[in-house]
Amino acid sequence: MHSTLSFSRATTVPTTNYAFHSQSPINLRFCGLRREAFGISILTRSSSGRVRLSTRGRSKRISASTGNNGTPPKSFDYDLIIIGAGVGGHGAALHAVEKGLKTAIIEGDVVGGTCVNRGCVPSKALLAVSGRMRELQSEHHMKALGLQVSAAGYDRQGVAGHANNLASKIRSNLTNSMKALGVDILTGFGTIVGPQKVKYGKVGFTDNVVTAKDIIIATGSVPFVPKGIEVDGKTVITSDHALKLEFVPDWIAIVGSGYIGLEFSDVYTALGSEVTFIEALDQLMPGFDPEISKLAQRVLINPRKIDYHTGVFATKITPARDGKPVIIELTDAKTKEHKDTLEVDAALIATGRAPFTNGLGLENINVVTQRGFVPVDERMRVIDANGNLVPHLYCIGDANGKMMLAHAASAQGISVVEQVTGRDHVLNHLSVPAACFTHPEISMVGLTEPQAREKAVKEGFEISVAKTSFKANTKALAENEGEGLAKLIYRPDNGEILGVHIFGLHAADLIHEASNAIALGTRIQDIKFAVHAHPTLSEVLDELFKSAKVKAPASTSSPISEPVAA
Amino acid sequence: MANVLQTSFLPSTSSLRRRSISGSKGKSQSLQVKAKIREIFMPALSSTMTEGKIVSWMKSEGDKLSKGESVVVVESDKADMDVESFHEGFLAAIMVEEGGVAPVGSAIALLAETEDEIAEAKAKSQSSSNSTPQVVEEKPKQIEEAAPDVPAAAAAPSVPVAKAVTLGSAVHPASEGGKRIVASPYAKKLAKELKVDLGTVVGSGPLGRIVAKDVEAAAVAVPVAASPAKPDPVAPGIELGTVVPFTTMQGAVSRNMVESLSVPTFRVGYTITTNALDALYKKIKSKGVTMTALLAKATALALVQHPVVNSCCRDGNSFTYNSSINIAVAVAIDGGLITPVLQDADKVDIYTLSRKWKELVDKARAKQLQPHEYNTGTFTLSNLGMFGVDRFDAILPPGTGAIMAVGASQPSVVASMDGRIGMKNQMQVNVTADHRVIYGADLAAFLQTLAKIVEDPKDLTF
Repeated sequence: MHSTLSFSRATTVPTTNYAFHSQSPINLRFCGLRREAFGISILTRSSSGRVRLSTRGRSKRISASTGNNGTPPKSFDYDLIIIGAGVGGHGAALHAVEKGLKTAIIEGDVVGGTCVNRGCVPSKALLAVSGRMRELQSEHHMKALGLQVSAAGYDRQGVAGHANNLASKIRSNLTNSMKALGVDILTGFGTIVGPQKVKYGKVGFTDNVVTAKDIIIATGSVPFVPKGIEVDGKTVITSDHALKLEFVPDWIAIVGSGYIGLEFSDVYTALGSEVTFIEALDQLMPGFDPEISKLAQRVLINPRKIDYHTGVFATKITPARDGKPVIIELTDAKTKEHKDTLEVDAALIATGRAPFTNGLGLENINVVTQRGFVPVDERMRVIDANGNLVPHLYCIGDANGKMMLAHAASAQGISVVEQVTGRDHVLNHLSVPAACFTHPEISMVGLTEPQAREKAVKEGFEISVAKTSFKANTKALAENEGEGLAKLIYRPDNGEILGVHIFGLHAADLIHEASNAIALGTRIQDIKFAVHAHPTLSEVLDELFKSAKVKAPASTSSPISEPVAA
Repeated sequence: MANVLQTSFLPSTSSLRRRSISGSKGKSQSLQVKAKIREIFMPALSSTMTEGKIVSWMKSEGDKLSKGESVVVVESDKADMDVESFHEGFLAAIMVEEGGVAPVGSAIALLAETEDEIAEAKAKSQSSSNSTPQVVEEKPKQIEEAAPDVPAAAAAPSVPVAKAVTLGSAVHPASEGGKRIVASPYAKKLAKELKVDLGTVVGSGPLGRIVAKDVEAAAVAVPVAASPAKPDPVAPGIELGTVVPFTTMQGAVSRNMVESLSVPTFRVGYTITTNALDALYKKIKSKGVTMTALLAKATALALVQHPVVNSCCRDGNSFTYNSSINIAVAVAIDGGLITPVLQDADKVDIYTLSRKWKELVDKARAKQLQPHEYNTGTFTLSNLGMFGVDRFDAILPPGTGAIMAVGASQPSVVASMDGRIGMKNQMQVNVTADHRVIYGADLAAFLQTLAKIVEDPKDLTF
């Protein structure tokens, strides 16, 4: 019953949106997504003044049920099969069970995927160590607090063990939570053999074929290694190897200054390494709001044992061998001329991640990946080579490349489950926060200032920027961590939050007040009445909202002003 | 005027570390007399602000400024603020770079009224700040003068002196004969901060890479240069009431000494009659034989019979029996000490050994010892006899098994076995050893052998 409902709605999609997606499937910038994300907003309160693309251009009908690739089975083994048990697949599975779906999850490697085993989770363990080392090593900081600490040291094996233990603990937590809920965990690599049909099995064993009404691809990604770079896993490594912390080199070059590169620079410098960043773009930390990246550079790069080369590609990296160090050839990004040669003890390749979609059997259903990414629409429905939707097939997480973050994958998975259980849902990617766990942390949600300005010009509205400093926050000063900035980009006419960027102590935890406000469509004039405990870091955001100058009056029916109890 | 300014700032040039700008107040007053070149001050952005950090310069040197235009972003204790120019003109010189901190009221930049005055203003800012090109130009000269004074590093394998480049021992293979400088990120940062020209620094890191300690050593070398450059050199340059940081070598000594505390040592002393040795020395002195060489030779010959005393304990679990007997002899040099090594002292004849010793001492004084010439010792001799010291004990250098402290040979009244009293020259030796590998009986037997050799030294000359 559910299926009929969702099906009819799901098959009508504006053509304009296709065109947009096929142009830039790996566009990680938020601005492009904004239009459609808000378009089909399910929130009635936030619909005013927004572009509603969904209401026009419902031109193309897709006769999906008459697929050419075999006949779909009449009855199914499962309601939902998820290929890939990473954070995205796990989030989807849990929500599917909650919605009463019979669910199976196929995993060819270990439960937990990149995030838990080779990404966010073990790296947080290393960063927890680096944060403490950094604090203990900062004599100035300790003195200011009146503390005396004799020389801080670390045991590499112990640190690596902590990261590994954390990963296995979280992994078993994930496995147990799925088992407890009755999700079938099928072991082996999943391949789509036809509509609503998946085979799985370990190499050398007979394949099992299972059918499901709906299938979600959540196969994630692997570290991307540009050509010319030879990874030996010892001196030239990716994040997969670095997280094992098998050695701490004296001098490590980090290729790429995004989240991964930055976090590792924090770890390595705290453990005594010197770091050289190699960034292809003209400035470090290109993904961040320029003001934040400038401040971050002043705090995270300049005073540390880090130097950098910007505007250059590492075109050739040879691992250390025969008594020679790691050799890195730098080529100017613009002129393509050889610029410099570096000789370092190790190189970490942090140039991003590539989707892991090989062997998925996408050819069986006429889907062509774009640079490896599975093309999807804004509802994560997979699009085939002809631009038509593939019925009952969805792709979430890194494999679709919309927003390569673990929690984004999970949110996309939940959105898909909502759809297949009869409630139309489109995830607003602009409300998905992102964080970089350096010391101090960086976090953001929504648009950067340049993106907001561009949008403002295009759509003809005004924007304003408000800022507050951690220096004015009591709790931050008590911690002696006054370095930091919170920045709000908003529309002064209606109080809409366009973006919030935070650099400072616990920024990653602070961002959610802003991301929730964006997700729920809460306006500044309303949220500024919310009360924050004193003294807490959350007052940085309180002050930020209060310092915004919004012309629109607070809503009369603001939920916050109406006491629920008492 | 420039001269006046320069002299007033002379003291600060002795330290290459960037001094805070507090001192520039005096200059600012004198500069204000010339109205054409104005200063931009660190403003007081709040009542509690005492100093401000330059976040960023919005203009660069040479840019035209109009009145009221933002020039610089300053971070105070409260917030970041744009600072505007009160006058029109050209930003002639930035005196505090981005990231630098300056007290409220001190000059952070110079503003020239016309473009022509930019150069003049620049010169002024340079003569008053430490980051002057003049200083940089002078530096190589200073370093050369300083060279004899720069201590050769005891533990650091290379000597951070301009001259040292010619040693060719530590030129990075990738540096293409010195054209390319390979320095670690922190070394580069330090070099900038301490105003050390990396071209003059020899690296001691992997494959000859310049690392932070090389730059630090080079930076320390420069101020040392300042004192002999003065026309009348003041005593050995110790300023009372000051705290003087260790040189690289002193730092290394300090580390080694502290490290030695982790070794369980004990000491055994012995009195040796030296009449025969003294007689031998008198006889062959004219052939260039030195007492040090004789003692080293005697010790080496004794060690041949007691290999355990020539062993060491590397890992706490085993004896490392050294294949050769290399006698290290402590030599005091300016600002520290070094231990040139007489290799295979048991096999080399006394004359060659003496020549070798002379050569090593000369090299040590010229700071040209190669690492293998000072860190390969298996047994150490330390002799303070020439100062009249009759006995002392030594600290065991890490990585070796024993060290022998040799006192002065002095005439003493001695009762001999046959019941007579006579005068004999006697010296006291005292061996400090690592008890993990060398036990009391080992040392006793070794000392007995040594005493026999010294008292009947015919074997020393073969």
